Amino acid sequence: MFPYVIKRVLATIPVMTMVAVVVFAMLRLTPGDPAAILAGDDASGAQLEQIRRTMGLDQPILTQLFVWLKQLLQGDLGVSLISGTPVVSMIGSRVAPTISLALATIVLTIIVAVPMGVVAARRPGKLLDRTVMTFSVMGFSIPTFVIGYLLIYLLSLKLGWFPVQGYSPIEKGIGPFLHRLVLPTIALSGIYVALVARITRSSVIDVMGEDYIRTARAKGARESTVLLRHALRNAAVPIVTVIGIGVASLITGVVVTESVFNLPGLGRLVVEAVLARDYPVIQGLILLFSFTYVLINLTVDILYTVFDPRIRY
Amino acid sequence: MTNPKKDGGNANGQPVLDVRNLDVSLVGAGQTRVVRDVSLTVNPGETVCVVGESGSGKSVTAFSIMGLLSSEALRCTSGSILLQGENVLEASAERLRDLRATTMAMVFQEPMTALNPVETVGDQIDEVLRIHRKELGKRERRQRVMAMLESVHLPDPERIYNSYPNQLSGGQRQRVVICIALILEPKLLIADEPTTALDVTTQRQILLLIRELQEKHNTAVLFITHDFGVVADIADRVVVMNRGEVVEMGPRDQILAEPAEDYTRMLVSSVPSLVPDTRAENRNEIVLSVKELGKTYSEKGFLKRRRDVAAAVDINLTLRRGEILGVVGESGSGKSTLARCVVRLQDPTSGEVVICGENIAALRGQTLQAMRKRVQMVFQDPYRSLNPRLTVGDSITEGLTNFGVSRDAALARARELMTLVGLSPDVLQRFPHQFSGGQRQRLCIARALALEPDVLVADEAVSALDVSVQAQVLALLDDIREKTGVGVLFITHDLRVAAQICDTIMVMQNGRMVEFGAAADVLTAPVRPTRAPCSTQRPAAIGTSSISALYERQRYAADFRHPHPQRDDHRRHRRRALRRGHRHRRRPHHADGRPSRCQGRARDRRQWPGGSARLHRRPYA
Repeated sequence: MFPYVIKRVLATIPVMTMVAVVVFAMLRLTPGDPAAILAGDDASGAQLEQIRRTMGLDQPILTQLFVWLKQLLQGDLGVSLISGTPVVSMIGSRVAPTISLALATIVLTIIVAVPMGVVAARRPGKLLDRTVMTFSVMGFSIPTFVIGYLLIYLLSLKLGWFPVQGYSPIEKGIGPFLHRLVLPTIALSGIYVALVARITRSSVIDVMGEDYIRTARAKGARESTVLLRHALRNAAVPIVTVIGIGVASLITGVVVTESVFNLPGLGRLVVEAVLARDYPVIQGLILLFSFTYVLINLTVDILYTVFDPRIRY
Repeated sequence: MTNPKKDGGNANGQPVLDVRNLDVSLVGAGQTRVVRDVSLTVNPGETVCVVGESGSGKSVTAFSIMGLLSSEALRCTSGSILLQGENVLEASAERLRDLRATTMAMVFQEPMTALNPVETVGDQIDEVLRIHRKELGKRERRQRVMAMLESVHLPDPERIYNSYPNQLSGGQRQRVVICIALILEPKLLIADEPTTALDVTTQRQILLLIRELQEKHNTAVLFITHDFGVVADIADRVVVMNRGEVVEMGPRDQILAEPAEDYTRMLVSSVPSLVPDTRAENRNEIVLSVKELGKTYSEKGFLKRRRDVAAAVDINLTLRRGEILGVVGESGSGKSTLARCVVRLQDPTSGEVVICGENIAALRGQTLQAMRKRVQMVFQDPYRSLNPRLTVGDSITEGLTNFGVSRDAALARARELMTLVGLSPDVLQRFPHQFSGGQRQRLCIARALALEPDVLVADEAVSALDVSVQAQVLALLDDIREKTGVGVLFITHDLRVAAQICDTIMVMQNGRMVEFGAAADVLTAPVRPTRAPCSTQRPAAIGTSSISALYERQRYAADFRHPHPQRDDHRRHRRRALRRGHRHRRRPHHADGRPSRCQGRARDRRQWPGGSARLHRRPYA
């Protein structure tokens, strides 16, 4: 187990380096001159040169790469071309709402979807199963923003239970923080609940046909023990895989939800940075997302071995 | 009752299990009855064998008793199942759970899949105690599990306790399943083909273990099997089932020696003899020769030392046109590795595989591709070796079209092949699930023959089939060998099968070839020095012949058979001589002076198959 974890962690280093190089190359190779954008339309040639020199854009590309990688290792992602604030602090100020939303969504998804799937798998084809699957199809087919606006209309405007929009930092009290997180979390989790419930259902149904389930019943185990202890754990690998993929796509999926509920998160920062061609910010965000993806994959890989001791790569 | 000792157990003398007029039907429109009017009893300490072919309803009966039928598919519609007088068909779900493992327990056919792969086996045995003996503390439970692991003769119980099922062998897993079944000393043990999936050595050990534990606790055993060797070895009484009905029932010796029903006679006599017919020496040209073949698997791990496992070492053999060469050995002896190297599904580490004069051991890419049609393979499991989404016709013609034959010509060839393997040409449009196991194996053989190979490798090709179907498929292979002249490399662990079909036999043990010779020689006089196949050098000799060990283990299975006086008087003598040589492992008497069951059994056996005159007649032609 332990050497396996070390091996997986070490394996992330080359991946991250590759990502860093690709991110660097991608932005340098796209058309458009950051110096020109920064300087504005009526800047003179000398001004442009001046800006290029201070930003290091006049250096050979390899030099720029090494300077950039060195700064990266020191935790320096550069300075925003637009606002002049360091990228690290820009991301830092935006990361809390996104992480809160993502975590809440994952937790809600797991709490709701896994039991839903197991219940449906208990008697496939029966009423309960069909009900669960109908909800799941709805979760799939209704877009997040539609769910979001519906929730706002019903629960905020009509009933007044929740605030319409906005975010309250956790430092200002846990009550308002959670209160404002409820609607975006429900809206965002719809599709993931549908996905995970479906996977849970089908992999539990598969496992229920296995011989060891029969052995468990022959021991005199209760049906709930059979389902949770024997079936679910064996069905865990595909479920964990899908949750992992879900979390990864969640990070990008928050863009819409953050817009609908006006949350000052990373999703909106992405949109702003792209529209303004703010290279350092875009680079920083891509790196952050890639790092998250790698981290999620690592977690999923390690979870595999927790659930299934046979897995050793 | 053949077993007179019926002390202990039940005070009022009632049977542990009393099944009365049981009907089990498919749920749904037709309500077809798959078990009809079955009645049987099992007394304390008694072993009742239920025999029959696949689909005879014997397993369904067993699962009905445990209440483990899938309620969506099968339902007990009438009759009763009395377990110590209590009708389990009327028991509540909760009561049924209480009875399982405490009063009745079950050992399953497939030890490889019967255990939960993600829990340690210790936990899985412990679970029985956690469910039914809630009063026990953690330490007490652990002690009892350890004691149970020891009582099934598992080595190093401490290690086994913490192992996952995938770290254990099939035999070890079956022992663990037996632990789960017997830890609470149930009154009734139902064993559903518990040895079928195991190799012969392990089979024997598991049977002995079940009997030992049965004696210790006076357990009633209902033993489901299709193997008459097992019946001869352990049964007190036998229940023969066919198509959901009990055909015949009676004491073991009566059923085996004087079966009343034709069906029983058919079953008993379809068990093949261990003694092969002598065959003329084959002088055709050599189609396959393997020279000093070696295969080593390497395991390399991070922070771990490299580990090499030699699966095959220095294998030499020759196969002539029209010859069937049997490769026999136990699980893990390297037979399958050899087969896979010969067809180049695996790359041999050293040595040569010469097919029709060309060494394919090191070929790559296009040249290897071209040689592939010279050697074809038939796999063990006909249920899984055909693509379920392709029609049979597509599966069979695929190889031909890969080698550039037009679709029409390929289909014409497929129709010919269907006739050759004894199926109608119309079936080409169907899908594999529409066929029985035996038919599927015929299809697999047809597929392998489509490219007119010079060498056919059959890897345990009949092991998954019923005995009577086995005989048909073997006859087909023999027929095909005659018609097409294909050389067959026949891999099997079953000497009875090998005896039926093979001209020459090679014995493997621990990856090495230990004996090689004409089938009649190897099987009947195993201790003789072996003949080396293609060199004068003798293969690595070992102290006592490995085949004699195999033979000893498998011979018991053939013992009960009726000798065929007209044909093989000599066989009987030889068998008797062999039997005299090493039999009767003496067991100590019970403390209370009862003779042990084994001794009684040995005495029985001495009397019947070889000796008494009444057995000399052939029961049917």
